[in-house]
Amino acid sequence: MDFGFKLSPSSAINLDKVDLSRFEKLHGIEPDIIKCMACGSCTSSCPANRFSGMSLRKVILDLQRGREKEALGMLRNCMLCGKCTMVCPRGINTRHLILSICRIYGEDGK
Amino acid sequence: MKENIVIIGGGIAGLEAAAQLLSLGYKPIIIEKSDHLGGHVAEWNCLFPDMTPARDIVSSLAARSADANIFLNTEISFVNKLKDSYNIMLSNGISIITKIILVTTGFSVFDAAKKEEYGYGVYDQVITNRDLEHWFNTGEDKRVNDCGMNAVGFVHCVGSRDEKARNPQCSKVCCITAVKQAIELKQKFPDAMVYCFYMDLRMFGKKYEDFYISAQRDYGVRFIRGRVSEVSENIDGRVIVKAEDTLSGKPVKVTLDLLVLMAGMVCSPDSTRVANMARLPVDSDGFLKSEDNVADIISSPKEGVFYAGACTGPKTVPETLAEARAAALKVHLYIKGLE
Ligand SMILES: Cc1cc2nc3c(=O)[nH]c(=O)nc-3n(C[C@H](O)[C@H](O)[C@H](O)COP(=O)(O)OP(=O)(O)OC[C@H]3O[C@@H](n4cnc5c(N)ncnc54)[C@H](O)[C@@H]3O)c2cc1C
Ligand code: SF4
Ligand code: SF4
Ligand code: SF4
Repeated sequence: MDFGFKLSPSSAINLDKVDLSRFEKLHGIEPDIIKCMACGSCTSSCPANRFSGMSLRKVILDLQRGREKEALGMLRNCMLCGKCTMVCPRGINTRHLILSICRIYGEDGK
Repeated sequence: MKENIVIIGGGIAGLEAAAQLLSLGYKPIIIEKSDHLGGHVAEWNCLFPDMTPARDIVSSLAARSADANIFLNTEISFVNKLKDSYNIMLSNGISIITKIILVTTGFSVFDAAKKEEYGYGVYDQVITNRDLEHWFNTGEDKRVNDCGMNAVGFVHCVGSRDEKARNPQCSKVCCITAVKQAIELKQKFPDAMVYCFYMDLRMFGKKYEDFYISAQRDYGVRFIRGRVSEVSENIDGRVIVKAEDTLSGKPVKVTLDLLVLMAGMVCSPDSTRVANMARLPVDSDGFLKSEDNVADIISSPKEGVFYAGACTGPKTVPETLAEARAAALKVHLYIKGLE
């Protein structure tokens, strides 16, 4: 039956239910990941951002909030050019981080 | 050197100023309304950013100022302006004629119960930054459950940057205090998740940013940008916190075993009372008004009346001590000018 509107699933994040086991594994080999202060420098310098919306800032945040599907989907647009590593003020080796994310989360990644 | 100097408030500002004046050869009088010296710092455990024991700071200040005339449990009953001096009446019946008053009456911690949505005084698992320092010092607080600490949250800006709380300004020390206390809780409960809910992180001081990075990298404290909008209690007595994760634009919810409210610094009613008696002006932020907020923060607009410390606004310990030293020198030069 069509009521003229749809119920979409809640977009709220419930931190009690987030499974962070893979994030903790990632954190083990990339301890710098939680130094990210969400400044957005990586995103604004990313050449893939303009045409795909790629944002490493969002990827890092999504992983910490258990939104792995969204994070990995976005990461497919990365070209591994490494520009983000050059601009990160917290000195995170973001290119290396991206490779580690792919290794840990994505057998079916890129 | 017979000139009387009256210091109102025996916190660290009053003590440091007294110690400096003693070493310049004066014999200052300290009026303290409570039964102990050291003010708020006497209530804290370890001080950011180097985790200096607060007790050490207070005891060395008390030792250096011990030769002053100290009146504990004493308040100011009234202040009369005479021709070129002030007559100060104390609650113990003593009256003092002086040309110099140094106001070091400090601040008050915002009463967190006024922010009803956070449930302080209502839910058992909600405490303040001040309560947590007390627990660090004494280990006594039934609300802190040693066994079963799985998740802890800190709420920044409680009663600060909040027009509803009638306190629009930033209290300055609570961001770094939250980082400090989050690290201390992680040291005690390494397996607990610790969240800080912040609007902006103000890490302005020497080594504060390093402290913040260490909280992230070495202790895994999670910082969530968003102001906690409401707190409720669930059936097993834990608290549920709701906020917007503004970086992802999504509502976020988490269940906690302990919630710590970072209550801000507000002008103390005792400062305001002294200001009224001595006819000192109050600034738009509620704190005492200086002659000039840039060039001359330690002078009041009144002849012979000076300020030091948190009575003119939120300040850290090193800032307070620096002002107290500056005020002592100012008083010394003022007395030289009188001679
Ligand atoms: C939760 C918290 C944690 C903090 N932790 C740190 C830290 O780790 N490191 C750091 O650098 N800073 C810290 N601070 C800031 C620090 O507490 C202040 O810088 C310091 O207390 C200011 O000292 P003060 O002497 O100006 O005021 P106060 O400490 O407020 O002392 C004022 C004194 O004057 C007395 N008094 C007031 N009115 C009268 C009156 N009318 N007559 C007589 N006596 C009166 C009071 O009883 C009190 O003893 C913290 C602040 C808070 C809120
Ligand atoms: S490495 Fe990937 S995320 Fe970083 S700037 Fe290049 S394309 Fe963007
Ligand atoms: S540049 Fe670095 S600190 Fe800034 S958002 Fe990107 S990863 Fe985080
Ligand atoms: S120091 Fe931080 S927590 Fe305190 S009022 Fe300012 S922004 Fe808020």
